[in-house]
Amino acid sequence: MAHPMSKATRHVSINEGLIFEKSAPGKRGMELPPLDVPSVDAAQALGREFSREAVEGFPEVSEIEVIRHFTRLSTWNYAIDLGMYPLGSCTMKYNPRVNEFVARLEGLATEHPLQPAELSQGCLRILRVLERFLLELTGMDAITLQPCAGAQGEYAGIAMIHAYLASRGNPRKKVLVPDSAHGTNPATAVTAGYQVLNIRSDSTGRIDLSHLAEYVSDDVAALMVTNPNTLGIFEQDIARAAELLHARGALLYMDGANMNALAGVARPGDFGVDVMHMNLHKTFSTPHGGGGPGAGPVAVKKPLEPFLPLPVLAEKPDGTLAWDSNRPQSIGRLRAFYGNFGVLVRALAYALAYGPGMIEATRDAVLNANYIRKKLEDVYDLPYAQPCMHEVVFSDARQKKHGVSTMDIAKRLIDYGFHPYTTAFPLIVPGALMIEPTESESRQELDLFVEAMRSIAAEAAETPELVKTAPHSARIGRLDEVGAARKPILRWTP
Amino acid sequence: MRYLPKSDAERRAILAELGLDSMDQLFASIPEACRLKRPLEVPGPLSEKEIIDYFRARAAENAAGYTSFLGAGVYNHLRSVVADALIQRGEFLTSYTPYQAEISQGTLQAIFEFQTLMCQLTGQEVANASMYDGSTATAEAAMMAVRLTGRRRLVVSRALHPEYRQVVDTYADHLGLEVAEVPFDAATGQTDLAAARAALNDATAAVVLQSPNFLGVLEAVPHFSELAHGPGALLVVAVAEAVALGAVRPPAEADIVAMEAQSLGLAPSFGGPFAGVIATREKFVRQMPGRLAGQTTDGAGRRGFVLTLATREQHIRREKATSNICTNQALCALAVTMHLALLGKEGLREMAAQNLAKARYAVAEFERLPGVRRAFSAPFFNEAALEFPRSVRMINQELLREKIIGPLPLGPFFPEQTKRGLLCVTEVHSRQDVDRLVAATRRALESLGAGARVAVSSPTER
Repeated sequence: MAHPMSKATRHVSINEGLIFEKSAPGKRGMELPPLDVPSVDAAQALGREFSREAVEGFPEVSEIEVIRHFTRLSTWNYAIDLGMYPLGSCTMKYNPRVNEFVARLEGLATEHPLQPAELSQGCLRILRVLERFLLELTGMDAITLQPCAGAQGEYAGIAMIHAYLASRGNPRKKVLVPDSAHGTNPATAVTAGYQVLNIRSDSTGRIDLSHLAEYVSDDVAALMVTNPNTLGIFEQDIARAAELLHARGALLYMDGANMNALAGVARPGDFGVDVMHMNLHKTFSTPHGGGGPGAGPVAVKKPLEPFLPLPVLAEKPDGTLAWDSNRPQSIGRLRAFYGNFGVLVRALAYALAYGPGMIEATRDAVLNANYIRKKLEDVYDLPYAQPCMHEVVFSDARQKKHGVSTMDIAKRLIDYGFHPYTTAFPLIVPGALMIEPTESESRQELDLFVEAMRSIAAEAAETPELVKTAPHSARIGRLDEVGAARKPILRWTP
Repeated sequence: MRYLPKSDAERRAILAELGLDSMDQLFASIPEACRLKRPLEVPGPLSEKEIIDYFRARAAENAAGYTSFLGAGVYNHLRSVVADALIQRGEFLTSYTPYQAEISQGTLQAIFEFQTLMCQLTGQEVANASMYDGSTATAEAAMMAVRLTGRRRLVVSRALHPEYRQVVDTYADHLGLEVAEVPFDAATGQTDLAAARAALNDATAAVVLQSPNFLGVLEAVPHFSELAHGPGALLVVAVAEAVALGAVRPPAEADIVAMEAQSLGLAPSFGGPFAGVIATREKFVRQMPGRLAGQTTDGAGRRGFVLTLATREQHIRREKATSNICTNQALCALAVTMHLALLGKEGLREMAAQNLAKARYAVAEFERLPGVRRAFSAPFFNEAALEFPRSVRMINQELLREKIIGPLPLGPFFPEQTKRGLLCVTEVHSRQDVDRLVAATRRALESLGAGARVAVSSPTER
């Protein structure tokens, strides 16, 4: 039986080799102005010991070939600009184009990080305004914009907790991480020198307070919690968890990956969080760009301010801004210069576009997730029945009976013209389908997604093989990942 | 709001289907005490026009119109408009990490090409895609050496970029590693080989240096490689100015190369976003952090690319991962790939040769000024430390009046070097730019009084 596939129709996809395979000696795609000073011989200027010939194997192609090469490659990608990208916990929302425009302005993109502060006031004011915006949004007291991504933000946050506790006599040994957490949380805690203790969730998918109470001891530095958690459920006992930790001298770290569910509605600083990071490439719409760049600012409560990474943006008596590196208690520098400035520019452009209206985006994001939940809960298993916020997590329990897994359903979504949701995460839901629509989807796009998911559920029962062998219309079939890892080919060779 | 694709009627209809009366009810699971009960006190909302006006006004408060001779880890090089136009295609710009290979082949193949280019450039066998920047790549490379050797001590050159050094210190601190510093030779500017030999012992995981180093001079990588390997340590070489590799022998004898790829097609952008790279030997790949694309085939035997060796990464290994890195600098790495494809073999060679020529022209012109000389004797690429008869900070104050940002004062980094500045000249500088800089410096020195004893600037000034 044929099921509707309203969103997608097959079309021609153009083949394209590697750039190295298009190379021919003597071609080039960029020319330089002629040299206007006496030329020097490299071997003579540097000595034979230090000089090299041209880079062996480098491509030689013309400008039009470069244009076609990368344009063809681009057509092999799915993207937000093509449609809904429901990757749970990744917040794939619209990336406004004006943000790209302003980040490239002469006077911003052109500025050198070591130029004098008096010639950098524009850059510094941008950072200052963004800092203030994020502090108001989170209800925290002080902030660093330096971390380049969420994981580096986590690292900065845990390092600050370590330094703060050390200043009070004992940095402690353990960090608690719920079993529903992102993989970066335990990896970060270890990088910062802590042991990880995994704590389990209760039957509602939330932190089990009594279990937490057993684990909190004088050896525990912090609990790392994501709120809403990775099931898309708000941790209702968060304030009590904070009290529990604080009573034993431990701190509450919040992974702000899911701030898109809270912006304008609730502030972590108001429910006991001591340290948190945000992912500006999620909540603040800076483009994921195929994996980065991002930015992971970290906000803290007042007692942790002395430990912020170097340097800190400071206001001078005359009202101008400058970097302050004279901070003896700082955890040190996380990165050369001041972080991913261009990403921070984009984030501020997004923030200013909404202003106080950011709450509207939050509401639409939660509305969309609940709509999907409502439209699919009769065909997909819902392991946790609590109301969801910005994302909804189903499991493949019903489809498993026909031998169809979450990965198969995800791959079949490709045929229907959608990017898959997040598969097999969070780990506490076996066979998870983690769906985050964001606020950027219209009712029509949501309905197309619902139609696709319902069709696939029907196919899983009627023609499971069709789903298990998907995708059928991608330019390439499922790839041999085991072979790729066993005998890695990681570069082109002639 | 223009970014939100729903009418109020549509919102009400969906709410009705959910059995709700108001948007507020969507948040019923958040306890009252946790709610914010007032509007956010933030600027906005702004229309597109107002956003552009706001950022134009900020841009006007910076150094537009100034000619800069700063390098020190961030370099101004020519970039074609082509790469910037291409990375703004939505299929690259607005896609996620390519976990779903069937609909991410564009990004995956480009990553594979990036890895190949980085191997060719550095003389190494494998390269990742990517790290946050050169400084974090250096720190992660050092941690990688710690894992590979099972040792907990680093020997770091004082001529490593001071901010890279600070990042290494931050990471080392939290793992309780010992960091020993090796001075540079006062005459050559190169890391002192004898001092490095003395600093090495059986507990040393790696020797860490940079070439061209922070002072602009090239390090004798093969000698340090031999030296490090003696007691079983590894050699980590940081490269902050990657264009140098168009003319300079690659650090092929290094065990791990930590590179900043900014100068290969990325704007200075007040320090980021850039693209860090770790390149190494094949046998070390399983301890290398960061993302990797590998070539494979589908069921029909067609070539395709996938993210591979993910068992090193945090989303699989959690607390046992090689690094916590997740989001990286993918789009920047893509821009670098496009830039290098355009520049090509001959273009990169020519760009590097122009840098060699222009920097030498500038140094020669400076050395015609009384009391000005190159501070170090070892070969250099496009940056040279110059010694002046006056504090560089004071000279630079004079240059600013003529809309020139002069050499970077070395005093804040090396307290004994207040009269030295790091000059960077690349192919973006015309001969006239250089002549104007030298003439303005001559006037500055004259007005500061070449013979008079003026106040000595404090080493912390910058």
